[in-house]
Amino acid sequence: MKHFDFDVVVVGGGHAGVDAAHASARMGARTALVTLKRESIGVMSCNPAIGGLGKGHLVREIDALDGVMGRVADKAGIQFRLLNRRKGPAVQGPRAQSDRKIYRAEMLAEMESQPNLSIIEGEVTDFIMDGARVDGVLLADESAIRAKSTVLTTGTFLRGVIHIGDLSYSGGRMGDKPSVRLAERIDSFGLPLGRLKTGTPPRLDGRTIDWDKLEKQPGDDDPVMFSFMSKAPFVRQVSCGITHTNEKTHDIIRKNLERSAMYGGHIEGVGPRYCPSIEDKVVRFADKTSHQIFLEPESLDDHTVYPNGISTSLPEDVQSDYVRSIYALENAVILQPGYAIEYDYVDPRALDLRLSLRDVGGLFLAGQINGTTGYEEAAAQGVVAGLNAAAEAMDRDPITFSRAESYIGVMVDDLTTRGVTEPYRMFTSRAEFRLSLRADNADQRLTPKGLAIGCVGEGRRRLFEGKIERLSSARTRLEAQSFTPRQIAELGLKVNQDGARRNGFEILAFPEMSFEQATRLDGTLSDIDEETRRQLERDALYANYIERQNRDVAAMKRDEQQVIPQSFSFDAIEGLSNELKGKLNAARPGNLAQAARIDGMTPAALTLILARLRRESREKTA
Amino acid sequence: MMDTIFALATAPGKAGVAVVRVSGPSAFVACVHIAGSVPKPRHASLRRLSDLDGDTLDEALVLVFQAGHSFTGEDVVEFQCHGSVAITSAILRALGELPGLRMAEPGEFTRRALENGRLDLTQVEGLADLIESETEMQRKQAQRLLEGAIGEKAETWRRDLIRAAALLEAVIDFADEDVPEDVSDEVLALTEKSRLGISQELRGIDAAERVRTGFEVAIVGAPNVGKSTLLNALAGRDAAITSEYAGTTRDVIEVRMDLGGLPVTVLDTAGLRETEDHVEGIGIARARERAQAADLRIFLTDGEAPDLAPAPGDIVIQAKADLRGSGVSGKTGQGVEQLVSEITDRLQDQAAHAGLASRERHRLALAQAISGLQAAETHVRIGAEQYDLGAEELRNVVRALESLVGRIDVENLLDEIFASFCLGK
Ligand SMILES: Cc1cc2nc3c(=O)[nH]c(=O)nc-3n(C[C@H](O)[C@H](O)[C@H](O)COP(=O)(O)OP(=O)(O)OC[C@H]3O[C@@H](n4cnc5c(N)ncnc54)[C@H](O)[C@@H]3O)c2cc1C
Repeated sequence: MKHFDFDVVVVGGGHAGVDAAHASARMGARTALVTLKRESIGVMSCNPAIGGLGKGHLVREIDALDGVMGRVADKAGIQFRLLNRRKGPAVQGPRAQSDRKIYRAEMLAEMESQPNLSIIEGEVTDFIMDGARVDGVLLADESAIRAKSTVLTTGTFLRGVIHIGDLSYSGGRMGDKPSVRLAERIDSFGLPLGRLKTGTPPRLDGRTIDWDKLEKQPGDDDPVMFSFMSKAPFVRQVSCGITHTNEKTHDIIRKNLERSAMYGGHIEGVGPRYCPSIEDKVVRFADKTSHQIFLEPESLDDHTVYPNGISTSLPEDVQSDYVRSIYALENAVILQPGYAIEYDYVDPRALDLRLSLRDVGGLFLAGQINGTTGYEEAAAQGVVAGLNAAAEAMDRDPITFSRAESYIGVMVDDLTTRGVTEPYRMFTSRAEFRLSLRADNADQRLTPKGLAIGCVGEGRRRLFEGKIERLSSARTRLEAQSFTPRQIAELGLKVNQDGARRNGFEILAFPEMSFEQATRLDGTLSDIDEETRRQLERDALYANYIERQNRDVAAMKRDEQQVIPQSFSFDAIEGLSNELKGKLNAARPGNLAQAARIDGMTPAALTLILARLRRESREKTA
Repeated sequence: MMDTIFALATAPGKAGVAVVRVSGPSAFVACVHIAGSVPKPRHASLRRLSDLDGDTLDEALVLVFQAGHSFTGEDVVEFQCHGSVAITSAILRALGELPGLRMAEPGEFTRRALENGRLDLTQVEGLADLIESETEMQRKQAQRLLEGAIGEKAETWRRDLIRAAALLEAVIDFADEDVPEDVSDEVLALTEKSRLGISQELRGIDAAERVRTGFEVAIVGAPNVGKSTLLNALAGRDAAITSEYAGTTRDVIEVRMDLGGLPVTVLDTAGLRETEDHVEGIGIARARERAQAADLRIFLTDGEAPDLAPAPGDIVIQAKADLRGSGVSGKTGQGVEQLVSEITDRLQDQAAHAGLASRERHRLALAQAISGLQAAETHVRIGAEQYDLGAEELRNVVRALESLVGRIDVENLLDEIFASFCLGK
């Protein structure tokens, strides 16, 4: 009998690490979170903002499973904006500017108050190996932590190299050391690695910015929170400033291009196209004479300002020059220079749907190490890895997420079947079932699942069940009554005079229809509360589309149930082209639905795989 | 619930009977629509088939099998109708108009049979070959489609649809960045252009047009084996230059003709052999490509085997029968008539099988694309508040057209977005 100190050990206290450790502890697994510094738990290495399009959806989903990111972002939120407010609810994404200090403090408090969770400060230098299985970690002080499952969430700390102009030094993030020994151990696993880069802008001293001259962007009048448990912001709200680069800025940048780490040829990693450096913007969009910059306060009681839109790897003196060429920043002082960072990531096609490495037992990876970028993407993977690390340690069934049910499922599936070519970020356009995967119904989609697997606490359960009760009884009341086309037309709706009666919910599906109008058809509905009314409107709006998608969803779910075992050999399938075999071997799809999404896959090839699967399972039972 | 699928399940064979098979939960409902009622299971009953407007399509034997007792394991209906192109395509079209029914993917009946445990292991062994040939047929269809004029059109649709979808997605996904808020005009210009193009195409593939499109038959064989002479004999005129010297036919010569009532383009290909001559080399490469893409190949041999292997169903025949006694001779006309009837037999076989099916699939796809584009336009016209719905409709359009324009996924849209807009705060 092996002795284990913990069920699960999570390495790294970044965004992936905290949600992984918390999820694991919620499952009832004895969990340790090992990170370099206790006070850097929940640090935001870049933009002090959470959420956005696709990303806000992820935060809602994390919250629906009782994860921490949404709750903490609400507590730290100093400016809330619902993006796409005037577009359909399916593409609205909550976003908030965070006070980075409050975020850190609240995150630490969440972690410290969570039962089953111990925080350990230290540098992990190696894994404890038992053959090809990881049995925990070794720390720099030689101490050992034995655990049944290990989750690695060290972000950019694998051979991280920071570039500022022609200066470069190794480090995972400004002021942190890289994990060299750990990197060597990971090399020994022979995993496919790649190299990516990302950058961050200089931070400015807010007292040296001429705020009075600036256009302001305030938050929304009725702030929308991340967490289904929060009602209103917790702290004072602030505005951001808006300014622009100009020809002079671009001239300075152009003149110094060869001194930029990226253009001087010091960087080989691939950067994200949606987050280009200011050098990139000036070169690639040469005819644009100006680029927008948001000046975002990083904290309520600190003067640091994050100038969103001018990330750079130019030398410090050039950064200072170009910053001061910008309107209202003429006297701005840089507190910390911008930089680019290059780092190794593990090709996520080496992972299964639990984010566990297929070829190394007991080891789960989450966050930037898997080739993603962004806090929300990291945290969402943390939840998946944390839940599964706990499930494995406690001998329970795997917990997987489908593309048909969540953005989490979309991301894990994208990563594990298609890999990444640039840092992966979530967009709503990645979700083919976007109309049903909304931020507003994340709880309806995922909280029941969370309750079933046991990662959702009592408080949320009560709140959720109450809400669902109100929703379904209101919906039943709506559906119970039907109205003639003439009655409907009297509300001012254009409706076919086809004689067909429509029930209240169907009437609510008309885009121009509000719940309040529906109460004119039936006065008794007016006792239904505001939250329920709005939710019913959103559910009704897409009902027809969702109905239409249901067949696709069902087909995908059926294919997902055709599990392709670890040991399955694609090479042995007669009639599959070598090209397809190669792709299948690289991605190693975990089920037939994943196989179907591999580039170049044909219905015929899928049938061949299915036939082989059938045959193997029959041979096994025979 | 599973879709209900349908397709032509057999080649017409000598008796001229074609079987249209329908499988899935709505199969019996479809049977009521088309044949008036559902006959007793597993008994062949003669029925009048009609379309949704009540127009008679054919008199046919209808066979139904209940779930658990059929090839696929689902409710199955088989219409054994007359093997004519016009009749089978009318039946397929009528089925395509019923809700919940769609054309089967290649191999899909087999797949359902598998999923429902209706195939035993020995049958599974032969599956690879079965699917291989189905796929090969599809590949050829696609290749030919894309080589022709529709290939160019499809390429334009693809570009326009990517652009239109990318505009909508950019406005949705990068709302807090430097992108325009209203792209309706540009999107509508693109969708309307595609919609008109697709409508035109759709009109073009209506029945009369369809028969005119015809088949390709390639004559292949070593240089100077008599291919051009045979072509001339088939065409009844001097279509290809023939000469005593090997390698005279440098490129591909096409002659359209009517063979046993079928519209056929016969290709005379450059002689297949190793060559040092650059120009001839190109001719041979093209010849090989065209020959492979053709519906049927006639291999003319004079003893030695050509270096292109005949596919199952191809015709291999002895050349220069006037000198050798058996086979075919373009020069004297010996054996030409038998060859023509052999060719028409095999083409008829294919006509009802893959060719027709894929044209019908093609037609359905275009029709679906048009209604999707119209729906998308309605939403986009209303404005940004319904871009999510417009984008959803466009996604369906792209999916419907996948067999024509290729797969368009989010990466294509992102490429277009990042190329057009300077994004990244
Ligand atoms: C410079 C920079 C700029 C970025 N810019 C953007 C951007 O503009 N937009 C965007 O969306 N995202 C950006 N990101 C990405 C975003 O910050 C990350 O994707 C996200 O924080 C990743 O979370 P993580 O949990 O994977 O890693 P991190 O948050 O980096 O956390 C890693 C944790 O592991 C700990 N650790 C590392 N090694 C060890 C060890 N050996 N032992 C113990 N603990 C260890 C560290 O202390 C740290 O707490 C940027 C990141 C960086 C570094």
